[in-house]
Amino acid sequence: MAETNNEQITKEDIKELNPSFNVKSFFQDNIVTILFVFICILGVQLSKLPLFFIANELLVRITRNSFLVLALIIPVLAGMGLNFSIVIGAMAAQISIIIVTHWGVTGVPGFLLCAFLSFPLAVLFGNLIGRLLNKTKGQEMITSMIASFFANGLYQLLFLFLVGKIIPVNNPILILSKGVGVRNTIDLSRNGGIKYALDNILKVPIFNVFMGVGIIIIIYGVCKLYLGNRYGFKRISRVKQISILILGLIVFITGYIFTFSEDLPNNLRMLTNLKLPVVTSLTVIVLCLFNFIIVKTKLGQDFRTVGQDKHIASVSGINVDRTRIIAVTISTVLAAWGQLIFLQNIGTLNTYGSHVQIATFAIAAILIGGASVSKATIGQALLGVVLFHTLFIVSPKAAKELFGDAQIGEFFRNFVAYGVIGVSLGLHAWKKTLKRTKK
Amino acid sequence: MTESIKEFTSKFGLPRLIITGFFILICIISVFVGLPFDSMLSDIIRRFGMYGILVLAMVPAIQSGIGPNFALPLGILCGLLGGMISMELGFVDAMGFWSAIIISLPFAIITGWLYGLMLNKIKGSEMLVATYMGFSAVAFMCIMWILLPFKHPEMVWPIGRGLRVTVSLDSTYAQILNKFWAFEIGGVNIPTGLLLFFLGSCLVVWLFTRSKIGIAMKAAGDNPKFAVASGINVDRCRIIGTTLSTILGALGIIVYAQSFGFFQLYMAPQFMAFGAVAAILIGGASAKRAKISHVILGVFLFQGMLTVALPVANELIKEGSLSEVLRFIVQNGIILYALTQVGGGE
Repeated sequence: MAETNNEQITKEDIKELNPSFNVKSFFQDNIVTILFVFICILGVQLSKLPLFFIANELLVRITRNSFLVLALIIPVLAGMGLNFSIVIGAMAAQISIIIVTHWGVTGVPGFLLCAFLSFPLAVLFGNLIGRLLNKTKGQEMITSMIASFFANGLYQLLFLFLVGKIIPVNNPILILSKGVGVRNTIDLSRNGGIKYALDNILKVPIFNVFMGVGIIIIIYGVCKLYLGNRYGFKRISRVKQISILILGLIVFITGYIFTFSEDLPNNLRMLTNLKLPVVTSLTVIVLCLFNFIIVKTKLGQDFRTVGQDKHIASVSGINVDRTRIIAVTISTVLAAWGQLIFLQNIGTLNTYGSHVQIATFAIAAILIGGASVSKATIGQALLGVVLFHTLFIVSPKAAKELFGDAQIGEFFRNFVAYGVIGVSLGLHAWKKTLKRTKK
Repeated sequence: MTESIKEFTSKFGLPRLIITGFFILICIISVFVGLPFDSMLSDIIRRFGMYGILVLAMVPAIQSGIGPNFALPLGILCGLLGGMISMELGFVDAMGFWSAIIISLPFAIITGWLYGLMLNKIKGSEMLVATYMGFSAVAFMCIMWILLPFKHPEMVWPIGRGLRVTVSLDSTYAQILNKFWAFEIGGVNIPTGLLLFFLGSCLVVWLFTRSKIGIAMKAAGDNPKFAVASGINVDRCRIIGTTLSTILGALGIIVYAQSFGFFQLYMAPQFMAFGAVAAILIGGASAKRAKISHVILGVFLFQGMLTVALPVANELIKEGSLSEVLRFIVQNGIILYALTQVGGGE
């Protein structure tokens, strides 16, 4: 086992040193992602949607969905596969939103209160899911999926029948006119509710952000170039250092051109109207950093050890069950907060529907980004969000242009979401069986 | 005394005990609430026959070792396709019913065979992959229902493209089995044809499990390594089990539709597998072991409970669809319970 690991590392090193190394295996490993890049380009071409529209929608959707997708990473690290039960985290978020709406707390305080309230709920739910998954080792994904269905039943029972009947709530905004059950849709923008609570704190034109980010990347690159080598922090190849610098420069120049240039073509000039919700993006970045840093901690190393081999982990003194419970709990809490970010952007809570599909879409996104059941990175998550949501935006229009029926596009994206999960999981299982038979 | 009680519960299965108890409880409540008992019993019997074959489809799958067939929608879609084609060709009455079955057979065999080949590549992750294969097949067929060139005026939308969401069978073969030799005892309607068809299918599957192939299949499912040692081609047995399950799924939906009076297209088949899996698990099967008796008992308990729960729930709480929520909780709860029984050991 150790030998093969070493082999992999050296291979990756070689790949880093020389990007053109072994094109074939690169294609084989990233076939899903490459396929989707092509489908997306084709879809954009076919849909004939204006560039501004696509870019704007995409920006909104990236800031809205990234957090949820990033919530999937830690359980993968701990070897529990893709966590379908982020739906249950989302339920925790929705319960707290309903409570906060009932209390009438609005704006940023309302949002923070939601985050605060959903935390203990999500910890409780995550803990229960973790215990359940410890009973079903080897079948975590299907268990977490069925668990989310089961929890959905309880959730409906709570809000359709118990609220109003057993839990007295007297609030005509929330409760159906009969006095029992929560309304189907709750408008979060009423009286300045939590709609856009996070997004509207600070919005900056995107190309100004480009310039800022470009400068940061350049500074980072320069630091690496001079300080990194001298103090021997981490040896990275010169090619990589220079490409970081060039990347920073490109980002900066793009931002600069779009902000200050006068003679841009009209469709490109429109793009300068794009605005980035800075606080939301920062939250996503903080989560990325969190995912990045946790790997370096003792806990993160435990996750990885458990993920690689439960037996070895328990022999070396790690409490496997407890580690797994922590992993799922973190994921559930993050999913709850992710759902809050999602809903404050959408602006209406669909009490019985907002949470149902999020696991499918988040998992499809991360798989499209190139992740698998046993490996998922931040980059794959973000790339997946971009590709999956591009497809989401263009597919109805593309299908309308192609077949004269927008509904086909909607079915097509469902098909893609389900299909990509089925195929990726199938491929992963196949590789596993091949490995087993080879042994 | 407590020992024997413990033994009894472990043998009978705790969830089955709870469901049975619950069933009896709501039956008693229904009498007190004053619901008409005879019409309810007719309903239970009708739904028993209606869902039976879909649940029966789980037996060959579990016996051959691929576990509960969450990809039942694959078979269902083949059945729907057969039904649609038979209708398009203008077959009616008994001819329509039988032609629907015969047309769907080749589709089901090919799909089941290919799907079985795939399952052999992914041993150990069948359930999850199967679920998503089923989902994506349903979504794919949604596109097909719009694009396929069906022309029959009762099937397509009068304006626009594609097949209707529900296709009525009133003019072709609605309730053809239900009405066959049907009679009434004390206000309870007995759909003889439907029951005979279901029990006949059970008999055929039972006979199959007694045949040489059936026994080999069961051995392959019980203990693959042992089966290989005794010269059984495990992969082939699994393919046979999958194919048979898919065929039964196709057959099941046609029987279901004739009793229901409609073919439900588009997203309707997506979650049908879960109800069937739950039913056989309630009957006492596990993810590794299933018998015909589990099917019969399971369908009766599960559907009986749902049939009685609906009016009872409506009496107790007037608003909303409590029984639907209840079904959701029971159905997924039982699957969850079965999963915890499978895993754990490692």
